[in-house]
Amino acid sequence: MLQAHVPPHADPGNVTPEPARAGIDVQINGEHFHHTGDPDMPLLWYLRDVLKLDGTRYGGEHGEGGADLVLVNGKARSAITLPMHKLTGHPITTVEGLAQADGSLHPLQQAFVDEDAIGCGYCTSGWLIASMDLLHRHRDPSDSDIDTLPNLCRCGCQTRVRRAIKRAAAAMKGAKA
Amino acid sequence: MSEQIALSRRGFLKVLAGAAGALVVGVPFAAMADAPIPPGFLGDTLYGMGTYVRIDTDGNVVIGARDPDTGTGVATSLPRIIADELDADWSRVSVVSLGLGVTNNNGAPSWTYGHQLGGTGSSIPAAWNDLRQAGALARWLLLQAGAQTLGVSADRLRCEKGMVIAPDGRRVGYGALATAAAQISPPKNPPAPKTPDRYTLIGQPAGDVDARRIVAGQTPYTLDHHFGDAVVAVLAHCPWRDGQLKSIDTTATLAVKGVQKVVQLKPDPKRPPGQTPIAPAVAVVADSTWAALQGRRQLKIEWQPGPSGSESSAALEQQAAALLDSKASADKTPPTTRVRDDGDVDKAGKHAARRLEATYHQPWLAHATAETMCCMARIDKDHAHLIVPTQAPQRAWAVVQSLTGLTPDQIEINVPRVGGGYGRRLDHDYVAEAVIVAKSVNKPVRLLWTRDEDMSHDWYRPASTHRISAVIDHHRHVIAWDQKLASASALVGRGVPDDRLWTSELEAGQIPAGLVPNYRSDWYNLASALPRGPHRGMPQLTNAFAVESFIDELAHLLRENPLDTKLRLLGEARQVPLQGGGTLDIGRLRNVLSLVADRIDWKQNWLRSVNGLGIACWHIGGAYVAHAVEVSLKGNTLGIERAVCAVDVGRVINPKGLEGQIAGATLDALGTALNLAITFKNGQPQQHDWKDYPLASMAQLPDDVEVITVPGDNRPPTGASFLAMPSAAPALANAVFRVSAVRVRRLPLMKELLRLL
Ligand code: FES
Repeated sequence: MLQAHVPPHADPGNVTPEPARAGIDVQINGEHFHHTGDPDMPLLWYLRDVLKLDGTRYGGEHGEGGADLVLVNGKARSAITLPMHKLTGHPITTVEGLAQADGSLHPLQQAFVDEDAIGCGYCTSGWLIASMDLLHRHRDPSDSDIDTLPNLCRCGCQTRVRRAIKRAAAAMKGAKA
Repeated sequence: MSEQIALSRRGFLKVLAGAAGALVVGVPFAAMADAPIPPGFLGDTLYGMGTYVRIDTDGNVVIGARDPDTGTGVATSLPRIIADELDADWSRVSVVSLGLGVTNNNGAPSWTYGHQLGGTGSSIPAAWNDLRQAGALARWLLLQAGAQTLGVSADRLRCEKGMVIAPDGRRVGYGALATAAAQISPPKNPPAPKTPDRYTLIGQPAGDVDARRIVAGQTPYTLDHHFGDAVVAVLAHCPWRDGQLKSIDTTATLAVKGVQKVVQLKPDPKRPPGQTPIAPAVAVVADSTWAALQGRRQLKIEWQPGPSGSESSAALEQQAAALLDSKASADKTPPTTRVRDDGDVDKAGKHAARRLEATYHQPWLAHATAETMCCMARIDKDHAHLIVPTQAPQRAWAVVQSLTGLTPDQIEINVPRVGGGYGRRLDHDYVAEAVIVAKSVNKPVRLLWTRDEDMSHDWYRPASTHRISAVIDHHRHVIAWDQKLASASALVGRGVPDDRLWTSELEAGQIPAGLVPNYRSDWYNLASALPRGPHRGMPQLTNAFAVESFIDELAHLLRENPLDTKLRLLGEARQVPLQGGGTLDIGRLRNVLSLVADRIDWKQNWLRSVNGLGIACWHIGGAYVAHAVEVSLKGNTLGIERAVCAVDVGRVINPKGLEGQIAGATLDALGTALNLAITFKNGQPQQHDWKDYPLASMAQLPDDVEVITVPGDNRPPTGASFLAMPSAAPALANAVFRVSAVRVRRLPLMKELLRLL
């Protein structure tokens, strides 16, 4: 299973065009990757086994629970249900890609920290991704909007997640105003 | 690179000069007090730190967290206990998870860190006893060093936020003192821990120490580690623990690109559950998870059932009912046990004005941890390195030792952050599997259980059938209480004598034992070969549901407000001795009840609200809990409008962490009561993933859990990880009765409510 890593800032003038290669080009957290393994491999295993981006986690074969959510074109999708061959041209963001370029946390991440919206933390990446999607669609989500989140949590962090989403929405509004 | 420079002969603590002049304080336990310092004890790698406290010359402090954190917050609360004694500046403290601390004591293990056990409620009480000393000693040494540097006697100095401060205001940081402090001999007697008025961190709120990394996806769980060339193993287990492999064809599996080998695993019948594979199994070993999963899909296997193959949960429930129906009073031959017999229950019946009897059935449950069972294992000839999501690293060690024959110090076990435990990770069948596979393929292994394997191969919480009958006299007093429980003990096969098998099922001191003059409790043994094991909140969960529901039924019979019935049954504030030690403090129990009642405005709302209110309480190990729940019912939709929980845990180490634990356990208990059951047919669980074992959705759960904490500053702290579970479900069922007039005596609640509505 090979992958080529194209540096994002390569100067196009200095690169000799390569012959077309077999494989799949994907864009993850703003970086470009080239997947030459099984085109049917789910994104989850590409992230975890190949790229070692381990923040997206296995929850079940059908993505139940939401620990494996990633953003595809800004929408929360279960990474285990997405085969690699469907992903070209659809930018992907994982939990590792939520922070700003300078490493500072996104207001949503900060809100999870401030509300301590974490039990064992295994499901947390998934909640962050689903909440990010929700905040894209609803700048000021109501309780019933928040109720639509698909994630499960055995540790019972749901009430703290609810608070964190509201805190983040307020912070993001403040930032834009 | 490091040297042991001073060691108290009394051996209560060790002071060591670490790399680059750091001050290092660790606690050696009895067996190793005089043992030589093992190599690597002061390793510079975090996992190899081997100590509790390290103060670096730059003033940064590293504190080790010894107990696995499965989401219980001990990686935060335990280090804060040390940091407070040390007067450290918390913003300069980093916490690392200590791996298993083990040294070789003539072939036997010697546990370097003492207590290493998570999720059983014992972490905080144990730490309160010994970890405070580590901080107090480090602080004492720094004070002596400060005295030398500042030219002021130590008793006139004080410590604050990582500084030693002289009366005239001159100050010097811990970092500058670390090297000198490491040269000072510890005192003969342990320095006294602080008096509570000087606590700066204990009792103050703190977020999870890992929070920042967790929200960035950077905290590694077990399989987020990569042992270079490790292979991946996924499993197909026999549906029956006592079954066997009938036939297997691996041709198609081995043809999958990347699949390397198929390994057969068998439980060793001589070993207790949890120390050997959970069932016969086939491991598909491949160079990637995806290849291993595809290989597993291609397996052609036939399994043959064992004796458990004829069992079903429905038949077991019928047997339980038959046992309870049989007129013969508890046959006292163990395992069936008369657990308690106060007064004379039968005679008291003659004074009955009224009687009440009810039967409650609660289902089998799975652990359903978010992170499925998994393990990393590298087994070399003279060294084993494992990364294990465990609650009990010392038990994991024993499994590895027995399968490899290595000496204690040749086994290295790291415990990263763990994705939930709830009792499942007190067993280590998956560790045994990883070791066996790693040895078989002679390569490091990342072993993963898929969700379906995890759900359908568990050490389940056994189902229970409770029957309670009470006798009420003419003054509306409960004068006799007869409690019968039939269940398949979770302890069978686990080295527990027959006459103690009841202890996982029933408590001798549970409410209302000791409060009713004639009280009897009997446990009836239900024989079953289905797999069972420890589970969070066992046995409190099932008993609290039965007892606290029954008290609500008594209130209804007596046409009383249930809170009044409950308080009347508890009686005046007093100490009631508990069988097996400790006392039940009725005053504290009444207090948590009143707190939730006041918060939910019970007096006004119980009678008037269109919603239903329910209340319940319980006690676990010297801690007290009560819940009040308000529910609405619109058509067939049940809404939990409010959930209030009050707890009294004695001293609170970290109020923010405690609130999280209490809210979390409340939601877990409510969700479990609403939705969850494992059922068996032909000895096989019928649930395979979260579609048929549906943890509660956000919409089903209350928007908030209002947590009230009793300040308990003059009492030692107690563990809280499952304290808030027992009273949540009965408070919910009692509220449901109030709103619907339907008494749910059978869980899961939603299914039963919809059946009865
Ligand atoms: S925090 Fe443990 S499952 Fe959600």
